Amino acid sequence: MLDAQFIYSLITGIFVGGISGYLGSLMVTKRMSLVGDALGHVALPGIALALLYNINVVIGAFASLVIGILLIWFFKTKSELHMEALIGVVFAVSLAFAFLILSHEELEEALIGDITKVNGIETFISVILVLIVFYIARIIYSKMILATLSEDLAMSQGIKVRKYDLVYLLIIGVIVALGIKVVGSLLIGALVVISPAAARNFSQNLRQYSYGGMFLGSLSCLLGIIIYKLFDFPAGPIIILISAAIFLISFIFRKK
Amino acid sequence: MENRPILQVKNLTVSFSGDKILDSLSFDLQEKENLIIVGPNGAGKTVLLKAILGIIPFTGEIKWSKKVKISYVPQKFFPAKEIPLSVKEFFNFKKNSQQEIEKWLKSVGLNNSILGKRLGEVSAGQFQRIMIAWSLIDNPDVLLFDEPTSGIDVGGEETIYNLLSRIEKEVNLTIILITHDLSVVYKLADNVLCLNKKLVCYGSPQQALSEKSLHQLYGEEINIYKHDHA
Repeated sequence: MLDAQFIYSLITGIFVGGISGYLGSLMVTKRMSLVGDALGHVALPGIALALLYNINVVIGAFASLVIGILLIWFFKTKSELHMEALIGVVFAVSLAFAFLILSHEELEEALIGDITKVNGIETFISVILVLIVFYIARIIYSKMILATLSEDLAMSQGIKVRKYDLVYLLIIGVIVALGIKVVGSLLIGALVVISPAAARNFSQNLRQYSYGGMFLGSLSCLLGIIIYKLFDFPAGPIIILISAAIFLISFIFRKK
Repeated sequence: MENRPILQVKNLTVSFSGDKILDSLSFDLQEKENLIIVGPNGAGKTVLLKAILGIIPFTGEIKWSKKVKISYVPQKFFPAKEIPLSVKEFFNFKKNSQQEIEKWLKSVGLNNSILGKRLGEVSAGQFQRIMIAWSLIDNPDVLLFDEPTSGIDVGGEETIYNLLSRIEKEVNLTIILITHDLSVVYKLADNVLCLNKKLVCYGSPQQALSEKSLHQLYGEEINIYKHDHA
């Protein structure tokens, strides 16, 4: 039962789930909870092209995300529109584009993911990328929180808010690209949001909150992949349902 | 002591989409001076602070003396309740020394037990004290404070200003403060700057706050009362 494939899935799931929870905790406080959802779809044209030309889908997804994110960021700095609206536009265009290119089966795999197909090299690369993203996220975390409290206050402290926003969006892009393998582009938003929301229910400080989100993200993926192995349900949806169950429990036992 | 201006502002103009919010403003700020900015809503007081902080675009000249360290407390700044950030973590954004943090908490009249609380669950009065400690913990030369009293009950108001004036004497700070409350001006200000897009009056409170300038500032209806002390 403990074949290499299963181990690869577990390792990838635990790392990607953990970093999603950690980055997601920032997203939830910045009221960007739906950005993960939208970016999941922004990745689709890249996935489509990758399948068409036989490239690794994570690379395709990331390329498409980078373009989408730069567009969103560019429009954001040049116009008065909210980030939300801009993401909405890029998201819809991406979706239309993907539906045009992808076949039915390909679309399904892109939408709900298939972690059971990851190989050794992909696992290794995922782990390295997750570690790099974690390192960057730790550096920008407190600055991003300060900017969330008050952008003016952060700027008065010499924090380049725009620059950090872009770095933040780009590392989310990396995680969304990786997460698509795990839960698919339809559910990546949930992977990023549910665990931090659960962690917030019992957190008294940022440390508990961010690392709580990380722990619950990893735990959901671990349990989801085990259940997949035992009962052969698709891993992606199961991972999300488990994290939702954890959220419910945390809600019932939440502080005050 | 009051010879070298710490800040020189010349012909400062700020426009947002064609509208002039500040119109060719000039003034100097001396070291250790307390400058209080008064003016009606929409007069550009907050914009002035942001401009001299350099966080919004402007034309004209803003010259700080070299190596000046500035702290800023924004207006209507309340921590979002949903962010699980403890008071201690908030201080750790700036300094990690527990000793320093406790020293400053004590000097703003707060107890160490507040460190474990969430920033979103302290009272508005406590939060304002935390902000004062937070902005002073890295020993700035200048403190820019936008409306300390906004949203705080009158009972708390008095003590925040007393607190500021006590600390200001202890650490020799230059302060620029915005307020709506003219009585504060007489207590704290060396100079007062009345602003309504343009400079309406400037000088010591007794000089600058004449009946005429206040009418110019707030319109005819205002009842003026002048404190005798100060």
